[in-house]
Amino acid sequence: MGAQKKGATARVSEDPEELARHPLQAILLADSFTTKFRPITLERPKVLLPLVNIPMINYTLAWLESAGVEEVFVFCCAHSKQVIGYLESSEWSSQPNFSVTTIESHNSISAGDALRLIYERNVIHGDFVLISGDTVSNMSLTQALQEHKDRRKKDANAIMTMVVKQSKPSPITQQSRLGTDELFMAINPVTKQLLYYEDKAEYSKGFISLDKTLIADNPSVILHNDKQDCYIDICSQEVLSLFTDNFDYQHLRRHFVKGLLVDDIMGYKIFTHEIHSSYAARIDNFRSYDTISKDIIQRWTYPFVPDVLCGSSAIKVERQGTYRASDVTLSRSAQLGSFIFIGQGTKIGNDTKISHSVIGERCTIGSNVTIEGSYIWNNVTIEDGCQLRNAIVCDGVILKSGAVLQPGVILSFKVVVGQQFVVPAYSKVSLLQQPTQQDSDEELEYADSTSGTGELRSDKLNGDIAPDLSETASELGTGGVGYIWKVFEGAYDEEWRHSVAPIPTDKLVKLMLDRDEDEELLTQDGNVISASGELKTVSDGNGSEDDDNEDSRDDYVSFEKEVEATFLRAVHENVKVDLAVLEVNALRLSYNMASVDCGGAIFYSMMKLAVESPHNSASELHRNAADIVTTWQKLLKSFLHDIDEEIEVILKFEEMCLESAKEFAALFPQILHLLYDKEILHEDAILRWADEKEGADESDKVFLKRSEKFIQWLREAEEEEEEEDE
Amino acid sequence: MPDTQALVNDFLNKLKKRKIEGSQATAKQTAELLRSVISQTRMPYTNQAAALIHSVKAVGERLVAANPVELAVGNVVRRVLHIIREEDLSLTTAAMAGLNLSAESDDEDDTDRDNHPALSAAAIASASRSTLRPPSLQTLLEDVPDSAAVPHTSSSGGDSEGKSKSADKSSRSRKLKHDVIEAVNELIQDISTCRELIAEQAVEHIHQNEVILTLGSSRTVLEFLCAAKEKKRSFRVFVAEGAPRYQGHLLAKELVTRGLQTTLITDSAVFAMISRVNMVIVGAHAVMANGGVIAPVGLNMVALAAQKHAVPFVVLAGSHKLCPLYPHHPEVLLNELRSPSELLDFGEFSDCLDFGSGIGAPLLHVVNPTFDYVPPKLVSLFITDTGGHNPSYMYRLIADYYSADDLVLERRTASGN
Repeated sequence: MGAQKKGATARVSEDPEELARHPLQAILLADSFTTKFRPITLERPKVLLPLVNIPMINYTLAWLESAGVEEVFVFCCAHSKQVIGYLESSEWSSQPNFSVTTIESHNSISAGDALRLIYERNVIHGDFVLISGDTVSNMSLTQALQEHKDRRKKDANAIMTMVVKQSKPSPITQQSRLGTDELFMAINPVTKQLLYYEDKAEYSKGFISLDKTLIADNPSVILHNDKQDCYIDICSQEVLSLFTDNFDYQHLRRHFVKGLLVDDIMGYKIFTHEIHSSYAARIDNFRSYDTISKDIIQRWTYPFVPDVLCGSSAIKVERQGTYRASDVTLSRSAQLGSFIFIGQGTKIGNDTKISHSVIGERCTIGSNVTIEGSYIWNNVTIEDGCQLRNAIVCDGVILKSGAVLQPGVILSFKVVVGQQFVVPAYSKVSLLQQPTQQDSDEELEYADSTSGTGELRSDKLNGDIAPDLSETASELGTGGVGYIWKVFEGAYDEEWRHSVAPIPTDKLVKLMLDRDEDEELLTQDGNVISASGELKTVSDGNGSEDDDNEDSRDDYVSFEKEVEATFLRAVHENVKVDLAVLEVNALRLSYNMASVDCGGAIFYSMMKLAVESPHNSASELHRNAADIVTTWQKLLKSFLHDIDEEIEVILKFEEMCLESAKEFAALFPQILHLLYDKEILHEDAILRWADEKEGADESDKVFLKRSEKFIQWLREAEEEEEEEDE
Repeated sequence: MPDTQALVNDFLNKLKKRKIEGSQATAKQTAELLRSVISQTRMPYTNQAAALIHSVKAVGERLVAANPVELAVGNVVRRVLHIIREEDLSLTTAAMAGLNLSAESDDEDDTDRDNHPALSAAAIASASRSTLRPPSLQTLLEDVPDSAAVPHTSSSGGDSEGKSKSADKSSRSRKLKHDVIEAVNELIQDISTCRELIAEQAVEHIHQNEVILTLGSSRTVLEFLCAAKEKKRSFRVFVAEGAPRYQGHLLAKELVTRGLQTTLITDSAVFAMISRVNMVIVGAHAVMANGGVIAPVGLNMVALAAQKHAVPFVVLAGSHKLCPLYPHHPEVLLNELRSPSELLDFGEFSDCLDFGSGIGAPLLHVVNPTFDYVPPKLVSLFITDTGGHNPSYMYRLIADYYSADDLVLERRTASGN
């Protein structure tokens, strides 16, 4: 893979004029414009939150750098001072071929605002990568970029390439992995153009509606529910101006992508690029934080894994995915399970059990502590006998002895939990009081974007802890500091969805049941979206059996026509019998017919030819038929292997005489005799046919009666034979 | 030195991102970087060697930390340190000889007796050298020309030395730096020619109508085989594909374009095929001081199969791959775990990595190590650019290339600070 990648990069850099004109640029949105990470994001921007002990933005920047991006504009809004301060002090400010420029704003409330501001600055000069600072990936951009550029050359309206990846088409998996809703996309399988995007499909309705022009305009459309949006976009300059033109665009997906797809006046198109083995995912909520942390520990994001990214601080990977810094003080009796990360300077006491967790730097963990599936950041003190399950514990938190964190607890910075206190499941605790309900459904994170309030707050943190302490002592036990945030009415049910804790079994069962019900509901409905995402149209609710029959009937008619055409061509162009046999066989396979049908169809076409060729009298018609049968008897015979097939031919002939070629009605016995003479039909078949007809209706027996003589003769001949045998 | 600092940072970055593939390229670039570091180091008047060693160590430590898996970096750093020490030593002894000479010429003007003390100084020098490092075959052989060469330089130096002390100092300082850079150039030369030197020995090892087995891909092995082919040896090659990176496919393709009869097999078929093989020839990632080999994953299995059928197991390694550390040394990072996506398609298997339900831990764990450790007893022969060696001889060879003082790079600087 490495070699391949190398080759690819070399190829791109050989394209001199492309490279000379625009160094590849990227816009990194260091603000998610959501409130999903509250209360933590009230004090620190999301992009600086540690992900396996490294600030998230480092993963994004490291990837951009390795993907060949040369210039990154980091857009900071909430806590912009912190982001800028971090970037300036980090290694990113001094990279030789990689410049990181920050763009600060205090009043942007959405991605749309951010892009409008960047457009005003006029810093983007070509194609750019649009990404948010919480995306982890290791994909190679080369191919996607090349595709994007090639498309742009052909069609200037192809302004955006969206990176998608395969995921299991089950809402449960999507829910339990990244905590995202199911996503529906319609993609043209040939051009990879994105035609439809819906991330908020309403499950209760059980259907999604597609515009009918979408089906009409595109020869083929695949509706996917097995794709995951990686939130990595390759955009052309026009995207920025589009945001400016449509000043109401806020959300990248909900407004911009959907807006482009619906609005066909400008004719702008969005395409997709699918990645297969490489990794890409965005941290949208606490659940994806948990999942992506575990993916990183399992090294799916290689080379963006802690031991490679940290480099100098000497973190080593040991067996069973244990990452350990060099100077960890570990008690001899401490039990470290698999998939854990322990940062530098951390001390761990006796009989402490740790599994599936990340523990940051300079933490002090006492004895008999149990830590499972938790994320503990830096400088945390956990006293003896605490229990933590699936919790996130931010910097500077103190857990007094015997404190218990139930699944899904979030402890924000410097919270103190009192002795023996049990923090209930899914609660969020912060030193800051919960903002009043004002913006619960707004997507804001800029509460303290100005530096003034930020400092004010930190003053408060340092100075005012004493009054807080007495005030909140009751909320977090004796000696506890912090407020437990209230969960809004109705939101409680949703807490488990985006929490860091695994989905409780009862919820999973419920999800599963819901889904089954949905499916039942769907199969009864008109439009069925089956699990594989394929779209079927069922004509009516009458059950599908009739439908099947009808289908096969239709198939047979068209098959018959095909065979007839083939036969006529064979006659007119003097095709050899062998070839004709082959062709008919091919037709049989493609229409999925039995050889019984072939015999009938060939005989039908022969007789039809006989009728259609010029004739004046019945005897002439007979002669025509005889000629054709003699010439093509081999063809017919090759499809008549057993008695059933021969009977089929007789039945077919009978049908013809009644319906399409009544002229044959008179000639029925003669033709039958002819076929017998040519050894196409055997006496057994004819006799069987006669026997079967014996019990039929009078009207059905017309032809039996007409050929009575012949049959009689046959019977006698047979008896004679038998007698002779004796 | 802002100039070198940028170079160092750039190289560090490349190492960190694993952008340099192959130990030869890494070794060469490391040596070139150290050369520029040396040339940029400002020399004090006293104890110049220590200054050089200090600056090389400072850079070397960071380089090693950037990619601890690539042992070649550390090897080259240590060799450069060794070069500095050696050059310093030879200059000191030469100076001592010169001082002796001038002192004696002050006493007596008899030029006939000039040669005698100079010779004795050379003898001191060689004696001090041999005390510094254990006598090896090579040093024993080197001794004769050394003692012949040293008096010449010392007597020529002696003329200028008599004139002024300060001029002598500056010329010595320039001379040390100059000599070191010269020697580093030689090292770079050695690194770039090691493949050819190894390949030259191919005919001695590959015989007519033999069957050679190799695993994965190594440039050294490729050139070795091609060299034998060019010398009109006809033989067949079995290439094990080297999962999961399948570099064997590339090697097979390359061999076929060079006109070699090649058979590609899966890694798991090695045991079945080994009985038909006359010799296993593989490349290495690093050779440890005990003769053990760090090699692409799967080679231990091949080595065991070869041992079972008494097939010679030959390892090709340039001298920059000789690592003075033992595999149990805590500083040695034996393995690198690469992305599981080389084995599995993440999209397809992402549903096995479902953390949100159940116990919150996946049942599937994919491990993708890059290297194997092949113990020395499984290796029949090492072929380096200096010739073929037995595994048990490795530590001797290493003693020639490295100073014992430099084995641990980090702890030294830590105690120095």
